Amino acid sequence: MTDAIALSDLVAEADRLYRDYALSSVMQWKARTGGLAVGYLPIYVPRELLHAMDVLPVGLMGARDDLEIIKGDAYYQSYICHIPRSTIELGLNGSLGCLDGMLFPAICDVIRNLSGMWSMLFPGVMVRYLDVPQNFDAAVGGAFYRRELQELAAELERRGATPLSPERLRASIAAFNENRRLVRGLYQLRSRQPWTVPTHELYLLLRASLVMPVDASTAMFAQYQALVMADDSRTPLDQARVALTGSFCEQPPIGLIRTLERAGCYIVDDDFVQVHRYIQHDIPIDGDPLASLVTAFLEDGVASPTRYIGDGVKGESLLRRVKESGAEGVLFCAPSFCDPALLDQPMLVRAVEAAGVTWTAFKYSENGGQFQVIREQAGTFADSIKLWSGV
Amino acid sequence: MSSRAKPPAVADAVKDASQIRQKEMIARHFDRLAAAPQTGERCAYTFVPGNLTELLLSFDLLPVLPEINSLQSAMRGKSAEYISIAEKLGHSEDVCTYVKSDIGMLRSGNIGPTGQRLPNPDILLLSYTGCFTFMKWFELLREEYRCPVVMLHVPYQADGHITDSMRRYVVDQIRTQVIPQLERVSGRAYDEDRLKQCLTLSAQAEDDLVWVLQSAKGVPSPIDAYFGAVYYVGPIFSSFRGTTDAVAYYRELRAEIAERVRLGKGPVTPDGDMDGERFRVVVEGPPNWTSFRQFWKMFSDLGAVSVASTYSKVGGMYDLGYRHDPSNPLETMADYCLGCYTNLNLPTRIDLLTRYLDEYKADGFLINSIKSCNSFSAGQLHILREVESRSGKPGGFIESDLVDPRYFSAANIRNRLESYFQMLDQRRAGGAA
Repeated sequence: MTDAIALSDLVAEADRLYRDYALSSVMQWKARTGGLAVGYLPIYVPRELLHAMDVLPVGLMGARDDLEIIKGDAYYQSYICHIPRSTIELGLNGSLGCLDGMLFPAICDVIRNLSGMWSMLFPGVMVRYLDVPQNFDAAVGGAFYRRELQELAAELERRGATPLSPERLRASIAAFNENRRLVRGLYQLRSRQPWTVPTHELYLLLRASLVMPVDASTAMFAQYQALVMADDSRTPLDQARVALTGSFCEQPPIGLIRTLERAGCYIVDDDFVQVHRYIQHDIPIDGDPLASLVTAFLEDGVASPTRYIGDGVKGESLLRRVKESGAEGVLFCAPSFCDPALLDQPMLVRAVEAAGVTWTAFKYSENGGQFQVIREQAGTFADSIKLWSGV
Repeated sequence: MSSRAKPPAVADAVKDASQIRQKEMIARHFDRLAAAPQTGERCAYTFVPGNLTELLLSFDLLPVLPEINSLQSAMRGKSAEYISIAEKLGHSEDVCTYVKSDIGMLRSGNIGPTGQRLPNPDILLLSYTGCFTFMKWFELLREEYRCPVVMLHVPYQADGHITDSMRRYVVDQIRTQVIPQLERVSGRAYDEDRLKQCLTLSAQAEDDLVWVLQSAKGVPSPIDAYFGAVYYVGPIFSSFRGTTDAVAYYRELRAEIAERVRLGKGPVTPDGDMDGERFRVVVEGPPNWTSFRQFWKMFSDLGAVSVASTYSKVGGMYDLGYRHDPSNPLETMADYCLGCYTNLNLPTRIDLLTRYLDEYKADGFLINSIKSCNSFSAGQLHILREVESRSGKPGGFIESDLVDPRYFSAANIRNRLESYFQMLDQRRAGGAA
């Protein structure tokens, strides 16, 4: 992307990358660098480690509503969520053929079992289940996670990646720190001036970033920020400010995000494409960088429903997000059959109700195409906020 | 079905001594639980897969297993009401019905399977093995009971084996977190000698259980290793592993099955002894509990015997050789937790089913896919194809749920089973021709 790019062109380019099932940008990167590309599923993987070994981390989040699922449906019963079937479809139709490996983070039983299926369906590909700890004691869960990362690095090296070194890892952490800072900055800007950063645009950037090298992604976020800040044509509308939660794995169709905005909602916080914000602050680059990566996961990971909340209070994090973003209500927006989101939801509902925050809930699937009911529900919700908030 | 599919003869059900013994053991356990508020005995809620029963018993803590309470609620016809209560409280229709049945039971006075009130937990021992939902379940219960929780995170056998790193992680958690928490809750110091005694008793019972399960390799099989095995694994999967009661139960059960073998008898079914074993099948997936007897009869009426099942391994893969080893108490508990069936990756599950088909001389296999159990269900269609391809034996696929009666369609399931067994008949006839 050039310096002179127009905002509409930048968003169009992000949209193109978002829609590129064939991962042509990844193929181009591989042709240019000769490096390995490794796909990963939601929600979090330590991209810094891959980057430090000259491996391109490629975020995969299923498909959209424009991919006909034929083979994928033959692998899953109707009561399983949609993301594994579209991921299988993309694997079997050759779209993911440029990936040298796949990482399956430990987030739920569906993604867990998909890792075993992948190893059988694609025997030449590196398949690794990234078993992140649910014990957050540095000496116990931290030690285990460190060993997991060392094993991952060893496996990547066996497959031809550049050996991991502290210097290279520090540089990668610095690169991702800068990237995360920009994403955080855009989220903050959106919560202050949601008309400046429409969620459907920000979302496209977050998705595009999944298939880009970190430096290019950082440049894209910086350009976007500069362009929207300079755009005087974006003016406030009478919309309700809402925080959206539950969409951390299977993603809603972009049409659903637009529908919510058109229904009168400014989405001022969300958990879309969470890998960009899973680690909430800069990771220190002094000292042992692998230890820093481990500590960041243990101590600074978001309170995702996939993460055991031991000593903390369920819903505390959501309420903090609501407060910090200035949201006036919460949209519980989870994929159908998503165990982590839907099992978590009653606890979060209880927390927001206790805090006097209004909410509504609906479900979606990534290939859903009819949003009329949700539009009416969200519109009514937004109207109720505008009518009754502050009364 | 053809005229060859004449229902087998059955006799009236008579309870074996081991069944009576098990019933008495359970009754005594629930009596102790009901009296706990008066006696001061303390209890720990925990899960079946990866449970640390011996450790709990060494601290004199009484185990309570919410999964078993849920399935018992279903068998008593209560789960529909309990699930409805939970759904009215905001629990999604998409999620695990064990959880919703448990929440509904709790909100209805926490009356357990024997009709007595269960005590509130003094601690929730979250043995997070092979099922993501366990974690959320105890987060939910913690909000209800406001009691301490100790998490034991058991890594997944993603590459089909237990690594030193996994074992170390589990042992470290047991040593530094589980034991200190149990000491605090029980008011007792960790007593390794007592733990070793329990582990010794566990291994004895495990030997006899394995003998019973493997008796199904005989023709005819003297047991049903899916429906019948539910009763056989009950004590060892729940509160009794590591006790003299369990040792006595499994010794008695083994003697009874040995006698059935000697007499050439088939398994006990809901209608009594079954003669004329016609089909031998391996079953993958948990049973439906709301119509358990009806479901079982669909098999036994057609002369079908389950000779091996994966559900009977969710509480431990003893038939593959694992035994609790008192000489390494923490390591052996770690290996137990890591080795439960739902903690095995899909390739290993496929290998196991294929092996069972061969070793148990089965005609085919059936998958009962459970709507609300992703741990079991996600990937079962892949399992179906792979096992068929490797074994050359046909698989059948039926769908139901654990404890939600809305998802048990008797007519559909019966039709599928009849078609499946008819197909086995035709293959057999084709082979004979």
